[in-house]
Amino acid sequence: MSSRVTFFEVEILDYKTKKQLCFLDKVEPHASINDIRLMFHKFYPQWYPARQSMRLDPKGKALRNEEILQRLPVGTTATLYFKDLGPQIGWTMVFLIEYAGSLFIYLLFYLRMPFVYGLEKKLMSRRLPVVNLACICHSSHYIKRLIETIFVHRFSHGTMPLKSIFKNCFFYWGFAAWLAYYINHPLYTPPSYGQKQINFSLITFLLCEAGNFSIHVELNNLRGNGPKTRRIPYPTKNPFTWLFFFVSCPNYTYEVGAWISFTIMTQCVPVGLFTLVGFIQMTIWARDKHCTYVREFKDYPSLRMPIIPFLL
Amino acid sequence: MASSEDEGGNGGPSEAGEEKETVKKRRRGFLATAWLTFYNIAMTAGWLVLAVAMVRFYMEKGTHKGIYKSIQKTLKFFQTFALLEIFHCIIGIVPTSVIVTGVQVSSRIFMVWLITHSIKPIQNEDSVVLFLVAWTVTEITRYSFYTFNLLNHLPYFIKWARYNFFIILYPVGVVGELLTIYAALPYVKKTGMFSLRLPNKYNVSFDYYYFLLITMASYIPLFPQLYFHMLRQRRKVLHGEVIVEKDD
Repeated sequence: MSSRVTFFEVEILDYKTKKQLCFLDKVEPHASINDIRLMFHKFYPQWYPARQSMRLDPKGKALRNEEILQRLPVGTTATLYFKDLGPQIGWTMVFLIEYAGSLFIYLLFYLRMPFVYGLEKKLMSRRLPVVNLACICHSSHYIKRLIETIFVHRFSHGTMPLKSIFKNCFFYWGFAAWLAYYINHPLYTPPSYGQKQINFSLITFLLCEAGNFSIHVELNNLRGNGPKTRRIPYPTKNPFTWLFFFVSCPNYTYEVGAWISFTIMTQCVPVGLFTLVGFIQMTIWARDKHCTYVREFKDYPSLRMPIIPFLL
Repeated sequence: MASSEDEGGNGGPSEAGEEKETVKKRRRGFLATAWLTFYNIAMTAGWLVLAVAMVRFYMEKGTHKGIYKSIQKTLKFFQTFALLEIFHCIIGIVPTSVIVTGVQVSSRIFMVWLITHSIKPIQNEDSVVLFLVAWTVTEITRYSFYTFNLLNHLPYFIKWARYNFFIILYPVGVVGELLTIYAALPYVKKTGMFSLRLPNKYNVSFDYYYFLLITMASYIPLFPQLYFHMLRQRRKVLHGEVIVEKDD
């Protein structure tokens, strides 16, 4: 051990009561916040690293895992404030639960479980072909999402608060139940323009799903160098990625397109409302992402809009 | 639900330390201030007219039966006019949140147009008078509060009234509204009004009866939140208490 290394001392205080929770001495200057989190975890096993928020200021922003102790604006005795973020759940787990739930609930209605429509109604009418098609589309959509969550996506933030999962699931599962109820209802009315409407919307649905998948793969490839580097996504040889010429978040554009297609295919108002709510949420996300890109890159393509070419 | 916005809504800079004031304070243009002053004076006058009409009716007739019918045009006019307040928030001349104002005005519009106007048999219920009185007193206080604020000349009594009357008026109004909706339920069920049944080409159904049940249930989480919010505002404004907000 070199005698020229100055060790840091780190005291960790509760952000509200300012009570000292822990005092670490002989901390390496190039230790990261992640290392400090692990050390803190040893003293308080119930606060695993994901639920620790460490700040330089009691009301300040949480420090990121990669930040290095000696690069922070602290003296050789650093004071950090700790806040418990509450139980956390990993993003992967969140998505798996949300998507599996939606998938499963829709199938409950499709299979016309007796407790859903009432026993006699089950015998009332056979299913129309479009209802079978809708089930295949809806289920494939969520199966695709599950596969992407497991194999494709890499998440920058590891976790989210456990309480959010109730809100998210209520929304996803609630809407899935609501729209599945009508599509699979014995009194369901097929689209007004018949087979033409169904075929047209099926084609656009498939194109949008393929597009959405292409974008996810492309974004995943960009991340290849490590989760923290951000690069501008560009169109590639894949025609579906050419939407990058016009929008920052074509994955959201394709997603909205897929749901609009599904709405046309089923001609069902609840599906339309779900699409609308999803569109509003994704527009907000796309705008944030777009603004982040514009802020971070001086040479960001100026033609691009957040989610809808030229418009939004 | 009785209207109980942040004190900053529809008013000028108030003496109270409003949460949004310091963040969103813009120099309101002269035109905006003039318009808001006119608006709040007009609304104060409108609700005063309503109050006087109700008192006169009761003094002449000795009963409150038929009172709704006699004042309904004025009520509908001024309550509907309040939709403008949402617009004021959107364009930013009032620092209140669009959603808060939207929810409050919508609940009033709902009561007036979708309940008392549409379901005639319940117009003579006692509960209607209950919320009419609560609304009238609340609105007169609120709009005069905003008016005096805008004129930078707020008598302490008005401020006191604004932050104390609600303690009684708010629950009274809520009780009146809930009882009225409850009284309307049998008629809604019998007539199937405002409802859409299957099959139809939009593949959706709507049952107004269940919608009303859900609306009534939603008072349970919403009312305490708004009530305690007003109580906190009251402590801040009248007693200068510094409230330490719970984190996250």
